[in-house]
Amino acid sequence: MTPERILGNMLGKAGGVSRGRDANLHGMGDLDLGIIGFVSHIPQSLPTTLGAAMAFKMRSEARVAVTFVGDGSTTAGAFHETLNMAALWNAPYVLIIENNQYAYSTPLRQQTAVEDLASKAEVHGVATRTIDGNDIEGVRTAVSEAVERARSGGGPSAIETITMRMRGHAVHDGAEYVPQNLLAEWEERDPLVVFRRRLIERGDASSKELDMIDAECRAIIDGVVAEVQGWPMPDPSTLADGLYA
Amino acid sequence: MSENFGFSRSEVSSGRELTYLEAIAEAIAYEMERDDRVLVLGEDVGGSFGGAFKVTKGLADRFGDERVLNTPIAELSFTGMATGMALMGMRPIVEMQFADFISTAFDSIVQFAATNHYRWGAAVPWVIRAPSDGGIRSGPFHSQNPEAWFVHTPGLKVVAPSTPSDAKGLLLAAIRDDNPVIYFEAKPLYRSVRGYVPDGDHVVPIGPAVIRREGSDLTIIVYGTMVHEALEAAAALSVDGIEATVVDLRTLKPLDEEAVLEAARRTGKVIVCHAANRMLGVGAEVASLIAEEAFDHLDGPVVRLGGADTPVPFSPPLEDAYRPNAATIEAAARRLAAY
Repeated sequence: MTPERILGNMLGKAGGVSRGRDANLHGMGDLDLGIIGFVSHIPQSLPTTLGAAMAFKMRSEARVAVTFVGDGSTTAGAFHETLNMAALWNAPYVLIIENNQYAYSTPLRQQTAVEDLASKAEVHGVATRTIDGNDIEGVRTAVSEAVERARSGGGPSAIETITMRMRGHAVHDGAEYVPQNLLAEWEERDPLVVFRRRLIERGDASSKELDMIDAECRAIIDGVVAEVQGWPMPDPSTLADGLYA
Repeated sequence: MSENFGFSRSEVSSGRELTYLEAIAEAIAYEMERDDRVLVLGEDVGGSFGGAFKVTKGLADRFGDERVLNTPIAELSFTGMATGMALMGMRPIVEMQFADFISTAFDSIVQFAATNHYRWGAAVPWVIRAPSDGGIRSGPFHSQNPEAWFVHTPGLKVVAPSTPSDAKGLLLAAIRDDNPVIYFEAKPLYRSVRGYVPDGDHVVPIGPAVIRREGSDLTIIVYGTMVHEALEAAAALSVDGIEATVVDLRTLKPLDEEAVLEAARRTGKVIVCHAANRMLGVGAEVASLIAEEAFDHLDGPVVRLGGADTPVPFSPPLEDAYRPNAATIEAAARRLAAY
């Protein structure tokens, strides 16, 4: 997936991932890259991805299906139905529950009486872990272990990553409902800031090197924005194209 | 009832007669044998039990428990799972134990599967078998005909066979289709209808309707169980010299508009009838199509017959009052013929 195709999708361009069919982050699937494009009904990602895992298992392929949901999906029926089946069939399946404290405007304490979200997966017989979602290396280690476990026939896992949504639900949402002191507290734990500090402390990178990487990223994105804005919009005569395979 | 359904006498005598249910079972086994991407999943389909209606009986012995996958009660998610399997190249056949339960799986069908190819170009080749229809005293939750929801959903295909031959042929076509197909099988026909079914690779393409009977006075447009009611009505009308064309739609989406309009223009009078409730049913779309495209050829109002706008009731006198049948079709046809 390239930044050009992603921005093209957000701008409704003919060259976006969904060719102008789907909005913002949705519909950005590409089977060649092993990515399933999700729908706005996020809990639907769970069973669809389990289907991929079951296909790998049935064909004895050493592949694993991984899916990402937020805290908001843990209260939906598909979450529980899917984890029940994943454990029942020992599927090569890894679920990442990104607990970012809010489902749109609703804080976790108003979503559920059981705020330990990993425990909601555990009751179905899925192996679980709860980790700091802002620790980049910790996330990488935990997910790698879960993937290896699934790949070697050890069964499904669910990993709850504790984090914070620092912006609104989408750009239209100012998120005034989030207390300012909560945001200030989590600002200190920004994963990029924390990781940068750690790299410098360990001597893995200098401040100057990291500034250069940041500048490089900025330049890439500036270039992508300049380029993709000039991409053509879809031709209205193609409205019905691709409805059927 | 044993009928030829348009096959010649010689074809029938050289062929095999199967029930509608046997024809469905034959199609599934044939395709599982031919293509190892095909699997069956659903509630109670596996083991020695073989499903609520025994359509999948014996399949688990033949193809194993993984390809005849018994699921827990979780229609939303096992249907969603079928979408993921299909995206990864499998060809799942989901048995919805009763078509009535399909509402539970609505998101998986209409939001994910139906939109997928349009959104990002990946095919979802699954089939949902939905045992539908009533008239057999099964009550509000085992008698429904929810096809209109899915005909209204862009990206799906919807079929509804009425004969054993079409039951096999349309199921083979549905499994081989690269799109999500909902296959409404009529429970009342499972064991009541027998007919000639070609051996081997018998595919009935998704799309074309078929004329079950020719007549110049009026047209009766039907599908599923109502095909048999319409043919019975047409036979009774013929005694009095009223000759009806009976069009069996077979595929509801995409609708065979040409077949509908050809019959409407030729006969000038049309009844469209289904067991699903009449309100915003398939018949409403057919009637609108005729009004828009064949108005100049009409010699009477397009008549819609369908279920009442109520749940399907259990008690026999109530259910009989709910659904159309040969007698109500015949009565409507006599009124229309005299119009």
